[in-house]
Amino acid sequence: MEHLDKLENKSVHILREAYAQFKNLGMLWSIGKDSTVLLWLTRKAFFGHVPFPLIHIDTAYKIPEMIEHRDRLAMEWNLDMIYGQNKEALRLKQTFPDGNATRLECCRNLKTLALENTLNGRWPRFRLNHATGKYEVDQNTEPFTGIIVGVRADEEGSRSKERYFSPRDRNNDWNIEEQPPEFWNQYKTDFAPGTHVRIHPLLDWTELDIWEYIERENIPIVSLYLDQGDGTRYRSLGCWPCTKPVKSNAKTVHDIVEELRTGKFSTIAERDGRDQDKEDGGGLEALRRDGYM
Amino acid sequence: MSNQERDEDMNVAIVGHVDHGKSTIIGRLLADTNSLPEGKLERVKETCRRNSKPFEYSFLLDALKDEQAQGITIDAARVFFKTPKRKYIIIDTPGHIEFLKNVVTGASRAEAALLVIDAHEGIQENSKRYCYMLSMLGIKQIAVLINKMDLEDYSQSRFEQIKTDYAEFLAKLEMKPTAYIPISGKEGDNVATISNKMPWYQGYTVLDQLDLFLNQKDPEDQDFRMPVQDVYKFTRDGDNRRIVAGTIISGRISVGDEVLFYPSNKKSTIKTIEGFNTPPRNTVSAGYAVGVTITDHLYLKRGEMMIRADQAKPEVTSRIKANIFWLGRNPFVMGKNYMLKIGTQKIDMELEKIETVIDASSLDYQQKEQVNRNEVAEVVLKLKSPIVFDLPHINILTSRFVIVDDYEIWGGGIITEALSDEKKAYRDKLMLRNYKWERSMIDVDDRAEHYNQRSCLILITGEKAVGKKAFAKTLEKHLFLEGKHTYYLGIGSVLYGLGSDIKLSEKNNHEEHMRRLAEVANILLDSGVILIVTATMITQEDLELIRSTLVMPERLIPIWYGGKIATNIQVAYQIYNDGDLDGAIDKAKRILQNKGIIFKP
Repeated sequence: MEHLDKLENKSVHILREAYAQFKNLGMLWSIGKDSTVLLWLTRKAFFGHVPFPLIHIDTAYKIPEMIEHRDRLAMEWNLDMIYGQNKEALRLKQTFPDGNATRLECCRNLKTLALENTLNGRWPRFRLNHATGKYEVDQNTEPFTGIIVGVRADEEGSRSKERYFSPRDRNNDWNIEEQPPEFWNQYKTDFAPGTHVRIHPLLDWTELDIWEYIERENIPIVSLYLDQGDGTRYRSLGCWPCTKPVKSNAKTVHDIVEELRTGKFSTIAERDGRDQDKEDGGGLEALRRDGYM
Repeated sequence: MSNQERDEDMNVAIVGHVDHGKSTIIGRLLADTNSLPEGKLERVKETCRRNSKPFEYSFLLDALKDEQAQGITIDAARVFFKTPKRKYIIIDTPGHIEFLKNVVTGASRAEAALLVIDAHEGIQENSKRYCYMLSMLGIKQIAVLINKMDLEDYSQSRFEQIKTDYAEFLAKLEMKPTAYIPISGKEGDNVATISNKMPWYQGYTVLDQLDLFLNQKDPEDQDFRMPVQDVYKFTRDGDNRRIVAGTIISGRISVGDEVLFYPSNKKSTIKTIEGFNTPPRNTVSAGYAVGVTITDHLYLKRGEMMIRADQAKPEVTSRIKANIFWLGRNPFVMGKNYMLKIGTQKIDMELEKIETVIDASSLDYQQKEQVNRNEVAEVVLKLKSPIVFDLPHINILTSRFVIVDDYEIWGGGIITEALSDEKKAYRDKLMLRNYKWERSMIDVDDRAEHYNQRSCLILITGEKAVGKKAFAKTLEKHLFLEGKHTYYLGIGSVLYGLGSDIKLSEKNNHEEHMRRLAEVANILLDSGVILIVTATMITQEDLELIRSTLVMPERLIPIWYGGKIATNIQVAYQIYNDGDLDGAIDKAKRILQNKGIIFKP
C-alpha cells in the first residue's frame, strides 16, 4: 500500500473507533492545514458526513481570513460548528498584544483556559445556526468526553510521545509517565467519570505528508499558506501577533510540496516561526501538560 | 523521484537495556545522514551551552525536560527520517523495566527492531526480556547492535562472545536475528559509515541494515476477515445508504461475494463498495478502512466479524487458552471481572486458571496464583459471551487480544487454543437458525420508523401472585391507547401451547421451555412490536439463555416486579407493588423512553 494510503486508512480507522466509543465526541478545528486534513479524513471515514461537532478556540487574534474560511466551509459542508472564547481575559486585556501578559501567559489565557472551559461546558459555547448563518449560545453544556485533535508527532518533542488515544485527568492534565500501553490497534476507549480522552489520528503524519495529501485530494486550504505575490506566506498559522510569515515564493500547493521535499524548508523545523515555543525552552511541554493542544 | 522511493515506509523500534545507548545511536544516525531539522540541533546545543553541559547525541531525542534531568527515555518517541529507499519512523523505547509498557507500545507499531547490547556491560536481564516481548509482539526481523565497542578496544573476541551467548538464548525462543553489528554510537562506528577500526567486520552498517529489512506484505492472500466497526445510516443528512464499516484485517472482497457475519452467522451479499472522493472500486483488500452495502436488510452491529462464505470459518467459543503478558500495577488475578477486546468485540471475562508463569529473561517456569506486572503467562480465560477469532498459525492478526482493567489496557495476549464450552451445541443451533432465516424486504429500522417505536421485550418477573399480570396487562393497554404496537404474552400461553409436548414437571425441560419462549419473542421482536412477557422467578441463567437466543439481545428489558429480588437475577430496574399502579406504569414508560423504545411526548 502507498505511504499516503497507509496513513489515510489508519487515521480513518481511528476516527471510526472514536465515533463508535465516545458519546460526547468533538473535533478541534484550528482552520490550519493539519486539522483541515483531519476534517477531510472525517468526511472520508463517514462517507461525506461529519457526524460530530467541530470546536474552534477563537483567541480573537486569529488572522481574519481564517474565520472567513471557517464559516464558509461550515456552511458548505454542513458542519456542526462551535466556537469558544476567553471573553473575560479579552475584556480585561490580559493578553500579550495588550502588553499585559507574556506570550506564554497569553497562550494560557486565550487558548488553554478557553479550551478547557469550552470542553467541560463551564463557559458558553457558540454554535452555528445554519438557518441564519449566525452563532448562538449553545444550550448543550454537557462536557465532551472524547476530543479529536490534529497534533503530529514530528512537530516537537512532547508530541512525539503521544498515544493515539491519550487520557486527560479531571484537571485536564496529561501525565506522561503514567500513560497506559497502546498496541495492536486497540485503544483506550474506557475512562473514569470526569476525565476525558484526546484522540490523535494524525500522529504518524509529517508536514510533508500533510501537503502531499492536500495536493492529492485537492483539499481547500486558507490562502494564507500561499504566496499572494509579496514573496511571503505562512508556514504555520496561529495568532497574528505571534506568528510570522516566511519568505517563500510557493504559489500553489505543489510548490509547497516541492519546497518541503527538496527546497529551502527541507531542513528547517515547521514551528520555527512560532515565538511562544522559544520562550518554553524549545518545547511546548509546559503548555501541553496543562492541556494545550 | 521514482514512485518506489516515495512509496515505501517502515517503522523500526530500537530496544535494549537501560544505558546501553539507544538514543545515542538514533541521534548519531540522524546527524550523520543530515536528517535533522536545522532548528533542532542548534536549539539542543544552545540549551546544553546555557546549562554548561556537554552536548550528547541522545539529547536530540530526549526532548522532554524530565528526561534530560534523569538521562533516560521515559516514553516511546518517534523519530522521522528517510533514506533514498524509504521513509522511516524510528521508535525509541525506554530501557528501564519500569517502562516496559512503553516498550510494548513502541515495538508493537514496528515491522523490525534494532536490539542494542552494551559491549562493555554485556547481556543484561532486559536484553533478554525485551527480545521475548518482541517475539510475543510478532516482530521477526531483528538486528542486534553490539554498542560501545570503543570501550572494548573494538575487540573481535568480545563481539563474538556476546554474539554466541545471545544466539543461544534466542534459539530457545526460536528466533534468529537478521544481523549482529559491532558499533559505537558515540564515535559513529558502523552506524552510518563503515568503521576502519574493526577491519575484521565484513557486514553492513546500521543504516544499510535498515534498508535491508523487508516490508511486510499486507496479508491479502489470507482468508477475508473484517471486524464490523459500525453500521452507518446518515438519514438526517438525506443519505439512505446503510453502510457496514470496518478495516479489512486480511484477504480481499469484491462486489457480489457472499458474506457471513460471525458469530450470528447471518448471510448476505456485497452490493457496493462505498467511498468518499475516491474512484469507484469493485474489490478492496487488507489494510483498507472501507464501507460496504449489502443486499439484505440484516440487523447488524459493531463487534461482528464479516467473513467470506466460501472461505474457512473462524473459531467461536467463550473459553480460550492464551499466552499473555501483563503490564498492570495490580496483578492479574482470579475471581475478578476484566474486559477483553479483540477486533471490535468487547467482552467481560475472568481468569479461570493460570497454567504457568514464565520468567522472560531466564525462561524458567513457575507455578503462581497470580500474574504480576511485567510477567508472561499461559492462562485459561472464561468469557461472558463467545468471541470470534483465528488460531495464530491460521491468522496471527485475528488471534491477538488485549485485557482492560480499571479503564486501561494492562495486558495483551495471543489465543493458542479454542477450548470447548457448555454452550457450543446451543450456539450451533442458533447459528444455523440465523443462516437459514428468510428475510423480508422490510427491516427492523423500517418498521421502527413506520411504527414510531423500537421493538423490545419487557420481561416482567417476580415472586408468585404479586400482581405481575395485572401490571403487565395495564401497561399493554396504556401503550395500546397511545397508538403503540404492543402485545402481552403470559408464559403459560407458551407452556401449554407451543410447549405442550414436554412435561412441565420434569426439571430438565425448564431450559427447553425458556428456549421456546425466547424463540417466540425473537420473532415478535423482528415484527416490530413491544412485547410484554410475565414469568415467575426468572433466574440469571434463564435471562442469559433468553438473551443469547435473541438476535437483538440489547432489546431485552428485564424488570423485577413486586417486593425484594428473590432469585440470583441481575436487573437494572425494579418496580414495587405498593398499590400505586399509575405510578408503576409511569415508571415503566420512563424506562422505555430512556431506552429509546418510545419517544417523549
